[in-house]
Amino acid sequence: MAKINTIAELKKLREDLLGAAQAKAGKPLVNVSLATCSVASGGRDVLAAMQAEATALGLDVEFMQSGCMTVCFAEPTVEVTLPGKDPVTFGYLDAEKAKILVQKYIKDGELIDGVIPVGYERIVL
Amino acid sequence: MAEKKQLRIATRNSGFIDPENIDSYIAAGGYLGLAKCLGEMTPEAVIDLMKASGIRGRGGAGFPTGVKWGFAAKYASDTKYVVCNADEGDPGAFMDRAILEGDPHSVLEAMAIGAYAIGGNKGTIYIRAEYPMAIDRLKIAIEQAEAKGVIGKNIMGSDFSFDLDIKYGAGAFVCGEETALINSMEGNRGEPYTKPPFPAEAGYWDKPTIVNNVETLASIPAIIVKGAEWFNGIGTETSKGTKVFALAGKINNVGLIEVPMGITLQEVIMEVGGGVRNGKKFKAVQTGGPSGGALTYKDLDVKIDYESLVACQSMMGSGGMIVMDEDDCMVAIAKFFVEFTMEETCGKCTPCRIGSKRIYEALDKITMGQGSLEDIEKLKLLSVAIKDTALCGLGQTMPNPVLSTMRVFEDEYTAHVVDKKCPAGVCSDLLEFIVVDEKCVGCTLCARVCPVDCIGGKVKEVHVIDQAACIKCGACLDKCKFDAIIKQ
Repeated sequence: MAKINTIAELKKLREDLLGAAQAKAGKPLVNVSLATCSVASGGRDVLAAMQAEATALGLDVEFMQSGCMTVCFAEPTVEVTLPGKDPVTFGYLDAEKAKILVQKYIKDGELIDGVIPVGYERIVL
Repeated sequence: MAEKKQLRIATRNSGFIDPENIDSYIAAGGYLGLAKCLGEMTPEAVIDLMKASGIRGRGGAGFPTGVKWGFAAKYASDTKYVVCNADEGDPGAFMDRAILEGDPHSVLEAMAIGAYAIGGNKGTIYIRAEYPMAIDRLKIAIEQAEAKGVIGKNIMGSDFSFDLDIKYGAGAFVCGEETALINSMEGNRGEPYTKPPFPAEAGYWDKPTIVNNVETLASIPAIIVKGAEWFNGIGTETSKGTKVFALAGKINNVGLIEVPMGITLQEVIMEVGGGVRNGKKFKAVQTGGPSGGALTYKDLDVKIDYESLVACQSMMGSGGMIVMDEDDCMVAIAKFFVEFTMEETCGKCTPCRIGSKRIYEALDKITMGQGSLEDIEKLKLLSVAIKDTALCGLGQTMPNPVLSTMRVFEDEYTAHVVDKKCPAGVCSDLLEFIVVDEKCVGCTLCARVCPVDCIGGKVKEVHVIDQAACIKCGACLDKCKFDAIIKQ
């Protein structure tokens, strides 16, 4: 990992990272909540099921893990960002529902049950 | 849910970035706050900005963070420490764990900012060993931050250096108190000591030390980047910014919420929290864990900030909110929390060690129907005396659950000692299970499930419960298909 030697390098790195993320924006992005609680309620199974299903359907999907999505009542949860669309968070998943999520929403853009409304404003630096 | 009641500052990245990849944090504006401090601000300016923002400690009593930093900056020393208090111990509170698991770098960055401000160069995170995933992610974060050069020697080409390590706690509630925490970090018994000297003067290894809570720290990079005026424009006159609460108990949307200070209890419970489970009536919410107290259905219009919670005999604490409905007995709840502190008291000072035991015994007596009005008076007197005399925050706040429940539910206490009844139907010693003659069809199911064989009656005849032998387990009530058994 290259060291950041100046403040200008930090800012440059950020721009580069944002640019790289932009370059990937043509692909669906699946963000799986994997904090202690999400893992305990089956988050890893959901991730594995979605990866397997995406491969089976030949879909090019980017997967990432994150921490707590703050909606414990709906764990396991994943956030799906389709190209050109706002992120949508789906909750109450299990391996079976996760497969359906890939088949319906990621493949065809068709919403399924379990959408968690966005009740917050997030501060972005 | 009403739209956008929540504002996420401390939890701005949790659930959005990959906590095991520093690039993910940097892309989200990570380490820009530290860069701004190192590149554009003197340590004094950082402290002034913190003071102007109005941020207060998110872990307990709400001491102004900038003032704390200012004290530590004043003392000259070759070494000064920044300690992150990640000893989250309130039953039902898990916001610190969520932040550490979801956004560990925000805490590291803030610790470096704190060290720069006070003229220190060492940091320690004190975390419970029972948070393995948070520890793993912190370790990864520290490793990556060192590799990237945002922690370590001559950070980003400046002459500021900062090193970090992690200390593990064994999970004692009292170690969340800063002096007990420092004792524990030094390898001593986790007992608090009398202040002064305050840690800012002589703390960890007798060096000037600032101890800050995880949530406080996580907010700091945002405050530095967006400025004091932005932050103090959110919240109330005396409580600025947002607070993370962990909603638990009988509420629909169990989870973490981050809301501006000054939001009403009504909005938190009914809107953000989605209301009480199963359509039951809201009765009370325990805020601040065992050190806090109950806000009740009468307090729904209370604006949540540090001062108004104290006015209700509660406190902000770390932000646990345990919601209770009409089926919860307030005396039993107070007993539950006092039992917790009784077990967690370190035993150093008498008011806390013996006082907690006496309070617990009095509450136990009341829930068993053996209390008197005199006991209630004694309980009040004792509670106030402990508040005034205990050594540390744990003891001083331990009677809060009793005082705050008495504030609104004294009638429930009275019902337990005068009528020998538990209005919520929780305290089993005060309950009677009775067969409703008109509904009983004589199926014998209750008699068969009764573990002490105290239900008599022939097939197709009304059954009778022998009250003297009944152990009030409720097995018959659960099994009866005809609603022919009631408890009262």
